[in-house]
Amino acid sequence: MGVLSFVFSSSLGRKLIMAVTGISLIAFLVVHCAINATVFFNDGGETFNVAAEFMGHNWFIRAAEIGLFVGLLWHIVQGIWLTFDNQKRRKAKYGANAGNANSKWYSRSMGLLGSIILIFLVMHLKHFWVVSRFGLPHELGHLEYASGAHLENLYIEMINVFQNPVAVIVYVLGCIGLGYHLLHGFGSAFQTLGISHKSYTPIINSIGVAFSIIVPLTFALIPVVMHLGLIK
Amino acid sequence: MGNTMNINLKVWRQQNENTQGHFEEHKVQASPDMSFLEMFDVLNEQLIEDGKDPIAFDHDCREGICGMCSMVINGRPHGPKGGVTTCQLHMRSFQDGDTVVVEPWRANAFPVIKDLSVNRSAFDRIIASGGYVSVNTGNAVDANSILIPKEVADTAFEAATCIGCGACVSACKNASAMLFVGAKVTQLSMLPQGQSERESRVVAMVDQMDAEGFGACTNTGACAAECPKQIPLSVIANLNREYYRAKLNGK
Repeated sequence: MGVLSFVFSSSLGRKLIMAVTGISLIAFLVVHCAINATVFFNDGGETFNVAAEFMGHNWFIRAAEIGLFVGLLWHIVQGIWLTFDNQKRRKAKYGANAGNANSKWYSRSMGLLGSIILIFLVMHLKHFWVVSRFGLPHELGHLEYASGAHLENLYIEMINVFQNPVAVIVYVLGCIGLGYHLLHGFGSAFQTLGISHKSYTPIINSIGVAFSIIVPLTFALIPVVMHLGLIK
Repeated sequence: MGNTMNINLKVWRQQNENTQGHFEEHKVQASPDMSFLEMFDVLNEQLIEDGKDPIAFDHDCREGICGMCSMVINGRPHGPKGGVTTCQLHMRSFQDGDTVVVEPWRANAFPVIKDLSVNRSAFDRIIASGGYVSVNTGNAVDANSILIPKEVADTAFEAATCIGCGACVSACKNASAMLFVGAKVTQLSMLPQGQSERESRVVAMVDQMDAEGFGACTNTGACAAECPKQIPLSVIANLNREYYRAKLNGK
């Protein structure tokens, strides 16, 4: 490792890891959101199932998935550790607090927002990832389309899961948590990487705000419209 | 002068680093034209006349350039006004009858010496670790013998206005010193005079910052919002850049 050991030992190195893994997860969200949005074609899930088939069986995607999980776990474990470590840096607390006067609540609550996302994520992986990869607790059904395609029907799994109003509520709350987490995290990652200049930082921040609204909103709409039976 | 204001103060009293502190309530009659520190002078005169222990607080120049005054007022370092130090905050920023809570900077790295006075030697040790430039001895060189583009000089000067008061640390939820270190590294790394130690400096200063027990930066921006000299958050991005560059070069 030599000089690169700073990513473990220095506060700036750990910050760099949070930013790099965070941006990787943002890149993942782009793909995930684009594929999920195909359910809005309302074509009985054909486009979605074709995409799911590709994502599930393409060797490059499967290899990238390992990287995704490593990055995700690193982001989670280090995030939790950093949250507690940072709290210890001020043992004597202030008697009067005016945090909202100098910063946004969500920028000070990344640990809490991340925990909400983590709870959602455990449920989410159990609902779809474990079922589609390992066939647990049951195998996915198959579906023959008019085009002749014979596909695993992950789409019907979504329809089934979102019949449960509790699942819909947890998914919507998870997406709200994700939205606020991104609202700080997107711009913060670029600042940490040192990508900051008065000419383009406002553009990055605007893209960050748009991303933090559009992506979680798209995700949150799916359980809602499926529960209401607007797409079948 | 004419009108006086009645201020209810809740002030932090603490004998030393090793004892528990507590809030103590005082009533002070102040003029709206007094500075916040002058109001404390009035209170301390009263306390001395009553045979009580006056409240310890740091101050020196009282014109906003020395960085000694350090009070957290109603939860905000240097009080409710932006871009001013406590000494330049006036009582007209408060209303007659207000209750004002005054506390010291709170951070493990800034232990309380007494009452509102904290030990900021950690900043001195960070500066000593790398916040300097090497110069030749002998006669002073001509002021313009090294040409510096105006834009570079301006950015370096903007960072150099940091007075090292520690408001950034006190405002940060993580008690991080990144704005302070960012300002010093930016100032010195931009100028030709600072190039010889450019890479060793940033690594040494960050190592010392970590060793002093400051927290890690999470980019909330509270530091820059409370900085009395309005040092921008971009100095932290620059510190990150300088640090990674030094690391990539094997420093």
